[in-house]
Amino acid sequence: MYKTNDLILRTTTSLIAFILLGFAIYLLLAGHNSPGGGFVGGLMTSGAVLLMYMSYGIEAVNKMLPINFVTLIPIGLAIAVATGAGSFLFDVPFMSQTFGYFTVPIFGEIELATAMLFDLGVYFTVVGVMITIILTIGNDQ
Amino acid sequence: MLTVNIAIIIPFLAAIFIPFINKKYPNIHIGWFALFVPATLFVTLARYIPTIAGGKTYVYTINWIPSYGINFTTYLDGLSMIFALLITGIGSLVVIYSIYYLSSKESLSHFYVYLLLFMGAMLGVVFSDNIMVLYVFWELTSISSFLLIAFWYHRKKSRQGAKKSLLITISGGFGMLIGFIMLSGIADTLSIREIVLTIGDNTDHPLFLPAMLLILLGAFTKSAQFPFHIWLPDAMEAPTPVSAYLHSATMVKAGIYLVARFTPVFGGEQTWFWLVSGVGLLTLFWGSFNAIRQTDLKALLAYSTVSQLGMIMSMFGMGSAALHFGYSTESVVYTQATFAALFHLINHSTFKGALFMVVGIVDHEVGTRDLRRLGGLITIMPATFTIALIGSFSMAGLPPFNGFLSKEMFFTAALNISQLDIFALDTWGTLLPVIAWIGSVFTFVYSMIIVFQTFFGPYQKEKLDLPAHGASRGMLVSPIILAVFVVGIFFFPNLVGKYLINPAMTTIFPRLAVEGDLGQTITIWHGFQPELYMTIGVIAVGTFLYIFRNYWKGIYSLFPEKWTFNELYYFSLTQLEDGSAAVTKSYMTGFLRDYLLYIYLFFIVAIGGILFYTGAFSFDLTGDEPVTMFEWSIIIVMIIAGITILFAKSRLTAVLLNGVLGYSIAVLFVIFRAPDLALTQIIVETVTTVLFLVCYYYMPEWKKENKPTRTKRINLIISIAVGIVFVLVALSVQSGKLFESISGYFENAYELAGGKNIVNAILGDFRAFDTMLEVVVLLIAGIGVYTLIKLKAGKEDENIEDQ
Repeated sequence: MYKTNDLILRTTTSLIAFILLGFAIYLLLAGHNSPGGGFVGGLMTSGAVLLMYMSYGIEAVNKMLPINFVTLIPIGLAIAVATGAGSFLFDVPFMSQTFGYFTVPIFGEIELATAMLFDLGVYFTVVGVMITIILTIGNDQ
Repeated sequence: MLTVNIAIIIPFLAAIFIPFINKKYPNIHIGWFALFVPATLFVTLARYIPTIAGGKTYVYTINWIPSYGINFTTYLDGLSMIFALLITGIGSLVVIYSIYYLSSKESLSHFYVYLLLFMGAMLGVVFSDNIMVLYVFWELTSISSFLLIAFWYHRKKSRQGAKKSLLITISGGFGMLIGFIMLSGIADTLSIREIVLTIGDNTDHPLFLPAMLLILLGAFTKSAQFPFHIWLPDAMEAPTPVSAYLHSATMVKAGIYLVARFTPVFGGEQTWFWLVSGVGLLTLFWGSFNAIRQTDLKALLAYSTVSQLGMIMSMFGMGSAALHFGYSTESVVYTQATFAALFHLINHSTFKGALFMVVGIVDHEVGTRDLRRLGGLITIMPATFTIALIGSFSMAGLPPFNGFLSKEMFFTAALNISQLDIFALDTWGTLLPVIAWIGSVFTFVYSMIIVFQTFFGPYQKEKLDLPAHGASRGMLVSPIILAVFVVGIFFFPNLVGKYLINPAMTTIFPRLAVEGDLGQTITIWHGFQPELYMTIGVIAVGTFLYIFRNYWKGIYSLFPEKWTFNELYYFSLTQLEDGSAAVTKSYMTGFLRDYLLYIYLFFIVAIGGILFYTGAFSFDLTGDEPVTMFEWSIIIVMIIAGITILFAKSRLTAVLLNGVLGYSIAVLFVIFRAPDLALTQIIVETVTTVLFLVCYYYMPEWKKENKPTRTKRINLIISIAVGIVFVLVALSVQSGKLFESISGYFENAYELAGGKNIVNAILGDFRAFDTMLEVVVLLIAGIGVYTLIKLKAGKEDENIEDQ
């Protein structure tokens, strides 16, 4: 069978995918104070992963990223629920979020919020769901 | 007095144990255990006869649902005493009879469980003082009777008969329930005793008449009154002990009991009088008239039961006229009809029970109940013949049997009532004794048919299934006891009158009884009165009609089969089924398009209608922002794309145009300063467009649908109407702000949640619960797609629903 030579695509992908992933992480972390958040970050991450799948093929990416994306869904959901349930430890209502300012050696003073953990759960779920859906449909014969 | 409550519960408890005992002692006929229950109850209740006759009554309450006033209250007085003795007494005899009648191959534990259920329910009906509890037991009798009629459920006719009786009695029961609810609304109590005490002030209540009619409906359906009598002949498919017990002595008398019990509530009203006595007389005539044409002995007895019940019912109707007056010697005369009704109630139970058992014996020993095949059995079964003779002659109203006494009293009552000048009786009153007399003539004729066609004439050996022989002794025990009662009551009627009927009269005429004695003495010989001449006339004309019956039987062919109520019942049943099937089929088309049409039509009519009728539509542009150039251009693009989708020739075009819409919305989000939304919208739109393309890659070419123009027009109208309604609603909502937005609170997001992005703070902090559940939605969608595609049932898998 004739195999396409998609050298340009692969080369640019290896560059773009990293930029995309970086942007996705930025969106996730910046969500609390500027546009972004777990949902968009997750979508962007899945976009990056999908781009890799498109240019390198499923087998290569599976070797590169040995992650079962289906398991990401319950992990993300568990994080989100655990963030909510964690408020019980401090005797406050379910899903009470809190935040504080801490001084970390390298970064200086930064803000840490429990809402961030919740966003992380959302992020994982979105990544898991999006890639699962597209891969299952794509692999279907 | 707790005894009565326990008496109701005992049969139910016994019914629970019957299957276990049957399993443990398979060699002993389980009927002997069942017999223990009614016999004990009969003895226990009979011990109260003297105190009840002394005017004492017993009330006992067990709380059931006290907050609604529904309590298990029992009330033992003269009226319930008569019925309870009939239920337990005849119940015992029927159990003895059934022990010999049913072979041990039948599923006996079912039979006795149903029978005991019925017995307990029936006792509950007659003892209950609370109308809701009465209704519960009333329906229990219907259900247990349904189970008993279909005891031989492998026969089609049994199932049909059971279904018919259930449909008719339950519909009447529902009517009765509504009547009860109305009545409790009028009287503000659920206790019958309290209703009787207070109803005098409420007779002009608007619900009084509907309540009366509905309760009568219940009583008429249960007691097989015209035109609801059609279930009773079909119920004859039940085993004969069941017919003897339920369909002659007890269940069909539940309606009579209800009428008697509610006579102090509704009696004295013209509607009640005419309905009860009129329907009763009509039933008396129609039942006796139809009994003669029957060729099956049990069907004949069924029609005769219908006829006799009509007679009892009409007497209760006539007696209710006495309540129209205050107490005086005159009005006491009219209570005589009620007295006669109660007397005949007892008499009918004795002789009809005996007759059914006789028929059962004949059927059991000869193998047929067909009158055309029977004959000449007198020498073979002399004992059975004697009992049949006693029963039939008593039913015909001949001395020296108890039926004679009650028939005489019936004539007296009818004659007395026809003298009254209330309730338009001066016009129509003379009809009452005439119809009563004609009905009695027919009664005489069919009573003779039972005796003479079965036991006299030639013995047709070749036509019978079994070689005829005498009945076993055990089967004869119960009918003999009943026959002894038939004769005994004739010679000592005043024992029954004093100890059983007089206390019951006090219940039915509570206000009259306070002021004087309602007791009657029954005299066997009352001189040469008009009623005696009427009886002689009955015998003379009846004998004449019986002898020449072959000459006038042609009269029955005047009524073709098509015109019977039975046919009407089946016709309306099939019409109902066909009609509902047609209606359902007309709108449940199976096309999604039609269902969407209904949904949109509902939306248009409900929302649009409300908007229109409440005048909620408002249109106010004053507070609105000016529309900029950017917005205009984006909106025009969207309009063009939206309209073009409708005319797209290929699927790809439609998908891409849909994408245009999505990206335009994202641009609008940017313009309206919603960066998070815009980001998400762009990515989601991209992903969905890709998904669309992936899916449609596998789909066949988009064919132009050649829908009829009419459908297209309807679609156009519906879609435009939905759009208009939606826009109107949106405009009205926009223009009519009722209060300030709460968004001011969220502007403090930095202090409260430590986030400068308000949207994200709302999603992750203020309203994180929603977000969590949306993540769950995503999870479900992902798993759904995964399972849909990965797990496929093979095509060869059988569809269970289609089996």
